[in-house]
Amino acid sequence: MSLAFVRRHVLTVWSLFFFGYLLLPIAVVAAFSFNQPRGRFNFTWEGFTWSNWTHWNAIPGIQSAVELSLEIALIASILATGLGTLMALALVRYGFRGRATTNFIVFLPLSTPEIVLGASLLTLFLNFSTPLGFWTILIAHVMFCVSFAVVTVKARLVGFDRHLEEAAMDLGANEWTTFRKVTLPLIAPAILAALLLCFAISVDDFVVTYFVAGPRVTFPIFVWGAARVATPPQINVIGIGFFVIAVTAMLANVVLQNRRAQRA
Amino acid sequence: MTAVTPVADGAPATAEYDIRLIGLTKRFDDVVAVDNISLDIDRGHFFALLGPSGCGKTTTLRMIGGFEEPSEGRIELGGVDVARLPPYKRDVNTVFQSYALFPHLSIFENVAFGLKRRGIKGGDLRKRVGDALELVGLAGLDRRKPRQLSGGQQQRIALARALVNRPRVLLLDEPLGALDLKLRKEMQLELKRIQHEVGITFVHVTHDQEEAMTMADRIVIMNGGHIEQVGEPSELYEQPRTPFVAGFLGVSNLLSGTIVGDDRVKLQDGTEVRVPTAALAGRQGNVQIGVRPEKLRIGGGEENSLSGTVAESAYIGVSTQYILDTPAGPVTVYVQNDRLGAQVANGERLTLGWSPDCTFVVDAQEDT
Repeated sequence: MSLAFVRRHVLTVWSLFFFGYLLLPIAVVAAFSFNQPRGRFNFTWEGFTWSNWTHWNAIPGIQSAVELSLEIALIASILATGLGTLMALALVRYGFRGRATTNFIVFLPLSTPEIVLGASLLTLFLNFSTPLGFWTILIAHVMFCVSFAVVTVKARLVGFDRHLEEAAMDLGANEWTTFRKVTLPLIAPAILAALLLCFAISVDDFVVTYFVAGPRVTFPIFVWGAARVATPPQINVIGIGFFVIAVTAMLANVVLQNRRAQRA
Repeated sequence: MTAVTPVADGAPATAEYDIRLIGLTKRFDDVVAVDNISLDIDRGHFFALLGPSGCGKTTTLRMIGGFEEPSEGRIELGGVDVARLPPYKRDVNTVFQSYALFPHLSIFENVAFGLKRRGIKGGDLRKRVGDALELVGLAGLDRRKPRQLSGGQQQRIALARALVNRPRVLLLDEPLGALDLKLRKEMQLELKRIQHEVGITFVHVTHDQEEAMTMADRIVIMNGGHIEQVGEPSELYEQPRTPFVAGFLGVSNLLSGTIVGDDRVKLQDGTEVRVPTAALAGRQGNVQIGVRPEKLRIGGGEENSLSGTVAESAYIGVSTQYILDTPAGPVTVYVQNDRLGAQVANGERLTLGWSPDCTFVVDAQEDT
């Protein structure tokens, strides 16, 4: 093996190690979703089966936990993306008193430890005697998702050619038509990305949710509770299910963008 | 979708001016971009707003288009004040410097955008879009996206998209700035042809004096938020009224002097020159006289003359440019190379002559 050969391939090998390191745990989770554990814990390989996948909801409580998580994630990501898009438009387009402060506050949840967010929210809800449950989870999720949505949509708006909107108005479109026909289609990819990101962040959030969930059990909380007494392989099934859906959605988004870019 | 009818549509079509700007002013914070300008733009003319960058020409255009709200003043479009109306209620259309074609829409949809807002559809829509694309020589490209077109083609589409609405006035914001020289020359002639064909008033903003001279019937020269002079290209070139216009449009020799008679100015070195009487009307004291380099002849035989030594010369094929040191100041001369071996060496002494008719008069420089 010559020195040139090493030089040429050292980066490749290094990258392979790196991706292996990142993906190996996920591969293990995926593999163990097909395991047939003898005891209550799914830690040693005992044999292959499809039954965990066909009986994904065989564990009591798992189905309602998954449903709650999906419901919250769906509503929270739509609300957060809607709010975030409007906030991004305001922050990029208009100079107003307190814009810098708003920018800072929007960024704050991204940099605050989740445990602090969760504890503060819980204090807030208790002080206002808000019953904990579906609504408090939703409020908390919208709150931390908004920041991600704002950041994602803002990035797209910064490079937006304002002359396009002026051109639309010049051609007879009023403010609303201009937004519908020109602004929205052009920032749609960013909005879609924000939606996917918010969904992914909401659906697997544990720390904040644990504080504000009260009696309700989302999927991450179910896993946490179950892990103390047992780790049924169905947890792996749901986890990998979410993972595959998320990755597929993102790939679809990328493919769609590329195809659109090629056609254009 | 309800049709948005431009308000100015209902205005009497007999108004002799398409646009009247009255005391128009635009301030950005404490900077005055456009300072109290008034201007009448006649129907069917090709107008150029010409000036260096930062002179307020683009701001003026954007106020006519409705993208900037004037701080003061009126903008009359066919007799109706539109200064406070949004762009979509004005019967003007704009060709933007960056073209601003909608990247997510096909060429057809781009050109049809304005017509659709007015509720035109079906066969009528297709015919009018087709006609507009034909007018700019790009029929058959209607299914492409803007990105698939070259810069020159995009420029034509931007023009078609604006013209298809048959606006009262078409505004052009340096639309040729991004094109290479050859394409720019082509488009200059093309724009002029299209303007003749459609007969719509064009208001064209540019900083390129040659472009303005080539295309416009009338040129407005702006500087520092003011209008310096308005006129036909030849009028501005032959009789500039301010030192700025004389220097901005082509090359001028400006020589300081003092008025000593109805038609006489005494230069600093004592030479007296004759100028048209009209050029001195209403003036007194110190002035500058101007004469274009190509109006100067080597040798005597003209009523006005000045002598000097050749300081520099440059042979540029069709002519030779000399800079002479004269007692009245440096003077540039263009001499046609109509004979072989007629070059004059540096250091030689020459006498220059010119006709009083070719002399113009502008204000004295502030510092003299």
